[in-house]
Amino acid sequence: MDSYEKLKTARKNGRPTGGAYVREIFEFPIELHGDRRFGDDLAIMGGVAYIDKRPVTFLAMEKGTDLESRLKRNFGCPKPEGYRKALRLMKQAEKFGRPVVCFVDTLGAYPGADAEERGQGQAIAESIMEMMGLRTPVITVVIGEGGSGGALALASANKVFILENAVYSVISPEGCASILWKESTPENVAKAADCLHITADDMKEFGVAEAVIPEDFEKFPKMCKNLKNMLVAAIDELSAMSGDEIVEQRYQRFRSFGIYEEKAEKLFFHKKK
Amino acid sequence: MSFINDFLEKMKPAQKVQHVTCKKCSHEETAYNLYKNFYVCTECGYHFRLGARDRIELTFDKNSFHELFTGLTAKNFLEFPSYSEKLEKARATTKEEDAVVCGIANVGGTECAVFVMDSRFMMASMGSVVGEKITRTFEYATEHGLPVVGFTASGGARMQEGVISLMQMAKVSGAVKNHSDAGLLYITVLTDPTTGGVTASFAMQGDVILAEPKALVGFAGRRVVEQTTKSELPSNFQSAEFLLDHGFVDAIVPRSELRDTLAELLSIHKKK
Repeated sequence: MDSYEKLKTARKNGRPTGGAYVREIFEFPIELHGDRRFGDDLAIMGGVAYIDKRPVTFLAMEKGTDLESRLKRNFGCPKPEGYRKALRLMKQAEKFGRPVVCFVDTLGAYPGADAEERGQGQAIAESIMEMMGLRTPVITVVIGEGGSGGALALASANKVFILENAVYSVISPEGCASILWKESTPENVAKAADCLHITADDMKEFGVAEAVIPEDFEKFPKMCKNLKNMLVAAIDELSAMSGDEIVEQRYQRFRSFGIYEEKAEKLFFHKKK
Repeated sequence: MSFINDFLEKMKPAQKVQHVTCKKCSHEETAYNLYKNFYVCTECGYHFRLGARDRIELTFDKNSFHELFTGLTAKNFLEFPSYSEKLEKARATTKEEDAVVCGIANVGGTECAVFVMDSRFMMASMGSVVGEKITRTFEYATEHGLPVVGFTASGGARMQEGVISLMQMAKVSGAVKNHSDAGLLYITVLTDPTTGGVTASFAMQGDVILAEPKALVGFAGRRVVEQTTKSELPSNFQSAEFLLDHGFVDAIVPRSELRDTLAELLSIHKKK
């Protein structure tokens, strides 16, 4: 499959959405609503549950499964109140010392006038910054689309897994095509998808994802069993670390991203006061 | 205002009489008058976009700026179409290595680490180099106990570097977080235009967020918002004034008052 085929697969109707993973992987999930500031954004569902008897906070972007639920969930495009709810629940997880598992599936943060008015940029910025300092493990699974900053707001994690046909990108291939070639015709979008390197294998190669999860939606419970085992192993590995070590591991993970040339800089010694 | 006089003295005579047209109101004036007014249109108050070096001269104490983290240049590692040419062109027109200049400088005698983004360089989009230099600036400031003053301007993450440019948002945010947890001050100055991934990361993470008058600041592009909302947007949509109204910036500061405002903020936060 080429990048464009993967993109279409990642967006396909009928592909399991966030809620399906929550129901399949966790025991007794209790959904917790609202950001305590403005409202409740159903594009992100969050709550507490058990995973193999371990308490956990879950956050899942949910696109909806039919027209009615898609409208209710704004097609999985979160607004600022969604990110603020997510952050509230992450801070709660930190307070009670339980790990956080996020499922990412969004075309991107909602680009509406109301979202801008309520500070979409600020909401994402705060989420990323606070996640980077979270003293409890965070594991993110990209299950469909990882659309830009709107995805990163729940993916500034200690470990990231990605489904084999999921995609992760800095900009939608449509957006990229319309900037580069003015028109986002299917040919241009396919070309942009190639140029951007958005596939799960690309993510593995860049180190942006630690593991690629095989898909088998025919045998969804079995597929989720495998994913659950990986999540539990990651949680146990990270939970053995101290809060400081968890933050440091996450910092070093992101610190390593960047490809550039460097020539030696002339030495400069700062005068200590 | 001695610093502006120093700046004007350095202008070549031919430069002084050159005519410049305001892009907002089409008012024409000499470069000398425009520069004397901090590159702000004397007619309509439009704040002209500034290159990083001009910004540094206009803001920081005379001869106090010391540049750090030079020698980093972008690589077209995805072999993205026309990225190499765009980089070459941007380097040639700006004489800069990439879209941000970093270092240390004084404002009103207070030493701080600084980064200044330059919108002339590929609309100051953030790729690996911009992310790395700003991260190093925060790490340096944390190590030396310095406040950070950052001027943001950006079209967002640099798509030519794919998902790696997206990762810069988290990388810089981690460094900002460490700096903040060390009890140090970070002031951002939002300048025209600050959008996309930069708005959704370090532009909005300051302890104090200042903005230049009428600067465009937002997350999604206006055209996308229009298409999504399918209604007309207010004329001041995503302006600094709009953000102030909605509670997302602390203050709008005209360029002529910026230096004094920064100096006072830095002085108030000085560790005893």
